[in-house]
Parts: sequence; C-alpha cells; structure tokens
Amino acid sequence: MDFFVVQILTGLANAAALFLVASGLSIIFGVTRVVNFSHGSFYMLGAYIAYSLMTVLPGFIGFWASILLTGVAVGLIGLIVELGVLRPIYKSPELFQLVATFGVILVIQDLTLLIWGPDDLIGKRSPGFEGVVKIGDQLLPAYDLVLIFLSFLVLGGLWYLFNKTRAGILVRAATQDREMVGALGVNQSWLFSGVFFLGSALAGIGGAAQLPKGGADLLMDFNILAPVFVVVVIGGMGSIPGAFVAALIISELNVFGVQLLPQSTLVLMFVVMAVVLIFRPWGLFGRPEIVGSHGSQGPPEAPLRAFSGRLWLVLAACALALAVVPLFGGNFLQVLLADVIIACLFATSLHFILGLGGLVSFGHAATFGGGAYAAALMVQYAETPMELALLLAPLAAGLLALVIGWFCVRLSGVYFAMLTLAFAQVVWSIAFQWSEVTGGDDGILGIWPSAWASSTTAYYYLVLALGIGGITTLLFMAYTPFGYALRGSRDSALRSEAIGINVRLVQWSAFIFAGMMSGLSGALFVFAKGSIFPTELEIARSFDALIIVFLGGVQSLFGPLAGGVVFTLLQDWLSRFEYWRLCLGLMIIAIVILLPNGLVGVGHWVRGRFGRNADPLSDAEEEAA
Amino acid sequence: MYRKVIGLTAAVAMAANVMGMGTAAVAADTIKIGDINSYKRLPGHTIPYKNGAVLAIETINASGGVLGKQLELVSRDDQGKPGEAIKIAEELFTSDEVAMISGSLFSHVGLALASYAGQKKRLYLAAEPLADALVWGKGNRYTFRLRPSTYMQAAMLAEIAAKNPAKRWATIAPNYAYGKDAVAAFKKVLMEKRPDVEFVTEQWPGLFKIDAGAEVQAIEAAKPDAVYNVTFGGDLAKFVREGALRGLFKDRLIMGLLTGEPEYLDPLKDEAPEGWVVTGYPWYDIEDSAHKSFVEAYEKRWEDYPRIGSLVGYNTMLSIAAAIKKAGSTDTEALVDAMKGLSLDTPSGSVTYRAIDHQSTMGAWVGTTTVKDGKGMMVDWAYKEGANYLPSDAEVKKLRPATD
Repeated sequence: MDFFVVQILTGLANAAALFLVASGLSIIFGVTRVVNFSHGSFYMLGAYIAYSLMTVLPGFIGFWASILLTGVAVGLIGLIVELGVLRPIYKSPELFQLVATFGVILVIQDLTLLIWGPDDLIGKRSPGFEGVVKIGDQLLPAYDLVLIFLSFLVLGGLWYLFNKTRAGILVRAATQDREMVGALGVNQSWLFSGVFFLGSALAGIGGAAQLPKGGADLLMDFNILAPVFVVVVIGGMGSIPGAFVAALIISELNVFGVQLLPQSTLVLMFVVMAVVLIFRPWGLFGRPEIVGSHGSQGPPEAPLRAFSGRLWLVLAACALALAVVPLFGGNFLQVLLADVIIACLFATSLHFILGLGGLVSFGHAATFGGGAYAAALMVQYAETPMELALLLAPLAAGLLALVIGWFCVRLSGVYFAMLTLAFAQVVWSIAFQWSEVTGGDDGILGIWPSAWASSTTAYYYLVLALGIGGITTLLFMAYTPFGYALRGSRDSALRSEAIGINVRLVQWSAFIFAGMMSGLSGALFVFAKGSIFPTELEIARSFDALIIVFLGGVQSLFGPLAGGVVFTLLQDWLSRFEYWRLCLGLMIIAIVILLPNGLVGVGHWVRGRFGRNADPLSDAEEEAA
Repeated sequence: MYRKVIGLTAAVAMAANVMGMGTAAVAADTIKIGDINSYKRLPGHTIPYKNGAVLAIETINASGGVLGKQLELVSRDDQGKPGEAIKIAEELFTSDEVAMISGSLFSHVGLALASYAGQKKRLYLAAEPLADALVWGKGNRYTFRLRPSTYMQAAMLAEIAAKNPAKRWATIAPNYAYGKDAVAAFKKVLMEKRPDVEFVTEQWPGLFKIDAGAEVQAIEAAKPDAVYNVTFGGDLAKFVREGALRGLFKDRLIMGLLTGEPEYLDPLKDEAPEGWVVTGYPWYDIEDSAHKSFVEAYEKRWEDYPRIGSLVGYNTMLSIAAAIKKAGSTDTEALVDAMKGLSLDTPSGSVTYRAIDHQSTMGAWVGTTTVKDGKGMMVDWAYKEGANYLPSDAEVKKLRPATD
C-alpha cells in the first residue's frame, strides 16, 4: 500500500515539471496558433540560467528567488523571439512560423554551448528539502512534495489569471476567436506578446524547478519536446486543466509502466496519444476546431496556374544539367547532389499532402523510414535484388500509409499533425525495439546497390532517374482530376462533398500516394548510404521535410524543390564551421523574415527587378499574388 | 559593381570548392587523416577526444612526422547522423584525399562507417564506439577498433561480481543497443562463473529520458543484493540522486559500467556515489611515466585535464602514425595489412590490434568510487589488460563471419 502511495506521489512530482512546460506551450498555441518548436529550448535555458543564478544566490531564499528570476529572464527571451522573429511573419501561411522556431532552436543550442560549455551540470539541491519523507516503510524525496505543491500553485494561479482578471479573460476570448477579439478593439499584438512572455516564463520555471531532481544538459530541449507536445495534445490544445490532467496521466502511466513493463517506456505516451486522438480527436478538454475559424491568415490561396510549355522546358533543362554533372564533377559532388535529389523527392511528397491537400503531417519520416526499412529488410532476409527492392519499397511504404492514413484523415489541422507524429513514433519504436528483426539502433548494415549501380556515378544516375521521375509524377498529379479533387477538398470540404467528391477518400488516397513516393526516397537513401538506423524515423527527419517545404514556399509546387536544394546545400556547407548551428539558425530566421512566402518569393523579387520574363519558374507561383 | 564582382568571385570559389577543385593543391608533404565525430551532439565527450587527437598530431609532427611527412587532421561534424557521416566520409576520401578515416562516438555512426569502409575498401579506425558487432558480427577487413568494447568492459566487472556473495542481481540500462549488449555480456560472463546467481529485475529507461524515482522504486521493490548500472550522463546523475535519497545503494553492491570515467563521474561532484565498483579512468593517480608526461602535455596544451576521450583520441592518432610507419606508405591495402597485429606503446601501456578480429587490446581501469575534496574519484583501482577479457579465439571466429 505504502508502495503505491509513493509511486503515485512520484508520478505527481514528475507531472509537475511536465505540466509547467506544457501549460506554457498550450497557452501560446491557443492564442497565437504558433506551433512553437523552440519551447523545449526555453525549458533548457531555464535550467541553465537557474543553475547559474543558484550558484550566486545562496540559501532558501536564493533558491526560490533564482527560480522566479529565471522565469522572468526566460519570459523576456521569449518576448524577444516573439518581437524579433515571429511578429514579422504572423501573416504568413499557417504553421509557417514553425520554421522560424526551428531556427531559434539551432541558435539557442549553440549559444548555450558557447555560454555554459559542453559538460553536463548537476542541479543544486533545494535548501530545506534535501532529505526524504518516510511514508510507511517507503522513502520519498521531500522535494517531490514541493514540486507537487508547486504544480497545484501554478494551476491555481493560472486558473485565477484566466477566470478572474481582465487580461486573462481576453486571452481566453482570443483562444476561442481571435478575430472577434481584435474586432472588439483589443490590441492583438500586445496580447500575443504577453502570452508569449507568460508561456516562455512557465517553460523557464519548469526547467529551473526540475534542477534539484536532475540538472542541465544540451539535449534537454529535444528530449522534453515530444512529451510536452503529447501532453498538450492529449489535454486539448489551449486547455490548462487539460494539460494538467494529461501530464498526470502520462506521468502516472510511466511510473507504473516502469514497474510492470520496463520495456514500454519508449512508446507508452505515444500509444496513449494515438488512442485518445482516435476516440477524442480534439483531446480530452479541447473543443472541435470550427471550420474556417483558424484558417490561414493571409489571403486565400489562388489556384495553381496550368503548366506552361516553357516551364516543362525549364525543368528538362534542369534535368539535363544534372545529367551532365558526372562529366566534370567529382565523386563528392555526385554524392551531394544525390542527397539533394533524395531530399527534394522526400519534401515534394510531403508537399503533395501538405500544400495541395492541406494536411500538415508531422510524421512524414514514418513512410521515408518505412520505405528504407522495407528495402533493407527485403535485402537482408530475402536476398532481394536492389531493383526489386526499389520497386517494392514504395508499395510497402504505401501500405504503411494506408494504415496510418485510415486513422489520421478523420482529423484535421494540428490534431492531424500530432496523430501522424504519434504513428511515426510508434513505427520508430518498432524499428528501435524489435532488435531481432530490425537490429534495433544498431540498424541494418551492408545494403549496397547491385554491381552495375555500385559506382558513384552509376548510382547517381539511378537516383537522378527515379528522383526526377518521382518528382515529375508528383507535380503531374497536381493537374490530374485527382489533384484537382484534392485541392478542392483543401479549399472547401463542404463544397467538394456537395459536388460528389468523397473528401476523406481523396485525402486518404493522397496520403497513400505521398507515402509511396516518400518510401521511394527512403529506399534510394538506404542504397546510397548502405545502412539504415532508427534515426531515419526520428522526429528530426520529419522536421527536415517540414522545414524544406515551408522554407521553399508552401504555396508553390516548386517550393519543396527550392527548399530542398537550398537547405541541403546550406547545411552541408555550414557544417564545416564550428558554430554551424548558430549560422544555420540565423540564416533560416533571416530567410523566413525576408521571404515570408518562402524561397520561391525570390521569383517575384527577380521579376520586379528584371522584368517579366526573367524567370519563368516564378510563373507558377504568381497565383499567390 | 565592385560588390557584384566580389559576390561572383565568392560564388565561383564556393562552387569550385563543392566540386572538389579547391583541393587540387594538396601539399605533397602532408598525409591527411579524416576525422568524423559528433562534435555537436555530445560535445562533452567529443571535444576532449579531439583535443587528445590534435595533441598527438602536434607531438608527432614536432618530432618529424611520419615517413618524412607531416600529419594533418581534417575534422568534420557528423551531427550524430549515420547518413551524414557516410556523405562526409565520401568527401574526405575523394575531395580531401585522406589516407584513412577515424573517429566517431555513437555506435550506429561507427557501424555505418564500418559498412561503408567494407564496401568501398577504405580504411576506418573506429575510436570510441563500443558496439561488439563493429568487429564481430559486422566486422570486415577494413575496420579496426581501439577502445575496449562493451563486452570487454562488462566482463571486467562480471569477474569481480562473481567473487562477491551477492546472488540476487538487478540491472538498469538505457533501452538501446549499448545498454542491451552491456547487460547481456555481463549476464553471460557472470552466469558462466556463478550459475547460482539470479537476475531479479531488469530496468530499461529510455536513453536520456529516465524516470529515476520510478526506476529506483521498481528496483527497490525487487529486493536485490546487488545492482548493475549501465546508465550514464544525465540519466546517471538522476539515478544516483534518487537512489541515494531513497536508500537504494545502502548495504548493496553497486557496479557501474563506465561510471568511473571523468566524463560521467565529474559532473556529479560531491554527490558522486561512494563504494561503487566501476570501470573508468583515474588519470590523476596513474604513476606510469609515459602517462604522466601525457597528462602534463595535455594540461599544458589545453589548460584542462584529460578525460577518457582525450586518451582515446591520443592513442588513435598514435595508432595511425604507427600503422603508416609500418606500412611504409598510405596505400589502403598496405595500411590494412600493417594494422593487423600492429603493436605500439601508448600512455596507457602497450596496445595490439588483434589480427583475428581487429580489436585492440587497450584495457580499462577498474576500481571503487569515493568522494575526495568534493569530487568523485576512483581508488583501489587496477588496470585490466584488454586481451584477458575477450572470448577465446574459437568463439571469436564464430562471432566474426568475416574471414579477413
């Protein structure tokens, strides 16, 4: 009995830090609709800043003063990010801001390394609460009780703020209908900044408050990100009590999972999230998104222009240019370009559902890694020749997408995104955990091309042929009746239904088709690298595709191509410098601010300067104007 | 106009660089060595590694280099991604024209590079990755490894565990390949020597995602006599803190794989566990003169003390220099033949690259932890020769399908 009490209290204490961080994210999302990937970075900063403060402020008062000051400091940093990075791009296409927050992650990672150095820091214990409390014959750290108290304090404080103060009521109103609040004369920018300050401060306090139980290290930002998103989604985006309950559920399940099924810890929370979303698509305490209430803030997207003959000519010229590269370029250039083509195919397949279908997937790595693993497994266990594996891998990935899509297309918006993320994590954990078959994180090795394609140049041509083939097919599909139906479903599901389009079916088919193409890029990847590891199924891989699509420009068919080329080359080039993450992060932020419609926006600029016909590529995105 | 010209020149220069023309002027009097490591993912480990490697290169060059040529280290960050490491390896070999590559910390990156080396017939000396498969199950002619593997270090601890009366064992290890290998090897060696022991619970927290309070509770509930710990880094700090508070370590034998390495022990400061039996690196107490001068040189060069990574980095470069000297050229096949059975003296003693499985015989230090002057230290330690903790040759042949 005592054992269970202590287990439950341990879970509650774990829930506390999670809740603090998640509530901040939830508030920010609820009001600004920004999916803030950099929230984990604020948590990490909180830990580091509090660590430094606690070394100069001694004693009981110093400890708590440090935590409060950290909250203010991180809140101010959040405010700077909001004012400097996000404010200029609120009018961009929905979710575009996540690219900027990704840049912020990179910048904060390198700055933290610069300031605090590479070594892990162990947190100071909380003065007055260093010991343990005896519950029956079980011991519980006294600080656990402090954390539990703190979480209730913050919950109560937030409840008071949002129910009893004018500012809080405005925030709640904005969560429900931002435009209406604006129309009633409330200064939205002020509200956004305030919310960002509060949310970031909560993340910082969360990072500071967990110090006595752990410490500060450079991997904290990404490690907290997934659980926090899970909590926010299970609870319902924007709901504080929801975040609290979800943090509790996740933490308690974890505590008892450790006890009963120690291997389960990797995937438990994602399974819970998937189950919750399947049965309650808006989370436990969330409310259904009303169609149109949170749509893109910019002007509605104009239809794509028809492909002109000239455009085909340009594409053919590009392909030809790539085809002659081996005549003068070295081995490495071919390897690099093969990477670029694979990234472009991967991103274009995401763009197919994201740009044309309006389905933002955060789990596109599932089909990329799925295709790669399918190819590798076939080679490993059935001695399948490369040619056949390249053919079958997209089918396997399509099958995977069929299953995932069946669950996901019932949802929309951020909930769709999070469910795809959950499924991607489940696939990842299968590859990771089922080591008898997949080799676990030691991966599958020795998956090299057939003899005829094993030279760098031969494999380059293979990637070029299949990559361009896949990309062209994806572009072509946009103009087939299926593509029109998909675009129609994105623009108005109601009207599409009315004219006889089965919206769900169209979206599901698109999801499967995109999954197949993504699987093809994964299969090309595995033969290029000779091995496959669960890292290719990680969230970071999905993010790569998202960054490329948004960076390139989500409203243009050529966005993912522009993004793929620029992002891959930029990363390759910058990684030669010591602080490359800082450079890459700043460059991403700069691109995002200067080109709020993505890289393809350059086309407009070029045309503006050199007259209409300077750049035929930009014709295709003129529709945005 | 002027700015445009500058921009154009820069663009051309960059393009030329990308195309591999920028390296046309390779100086004939240097031998380049490619270095690939996760300098951003776990800098606490990889930066000391690089410092050790650079120190070795500088020392070798100061005494005339190898074959009359200077060594040059070309370092690149693999971002902790195997695919990235493969791309960089290709660039290092074809654009930078390095003689061979070395480095890497993560096992999966090391395994990917090993696979690449085998396929492309290019030499790779794995410095730090611990995975047993690297030289056994997935071993190949072109891959060698310096650091004592998971199996070797686990066997060192199992040997001591077998002498202890403890019968009921609990294990806690991060839920990934290294953790699983480390538990499996420990169990295998211990059970061979002590068939009477039983493993009462196995805990598998996610790497860097430990829920320490719950883990400690779960182990405590199984009432073990002894605990075998494989967690490290931030997980270790949390585990130690919760375990100490909740009395898990009281009157129990606790063993820690790698726990004594400065990378993991030092961040714990005065909370470092006392009385654990661990593998590690007591650089502060090693009296051997070669090691003493290594520590002196390192501290002078970097104004920091060496970590285990520093020693590995240093020994890696010494190994490469010795191999090139023995081969008399930088031809890959000659180098591979030279690496087989290569013996050299290092600050940590003599090291041999076994011809049978390409694993070096570099050992590790096993001792007991204590806290001195607010810092974790190892006492009563002994250096365990790596060669004594490897399976028999017949077993190795079974483990390693590669014939070469």
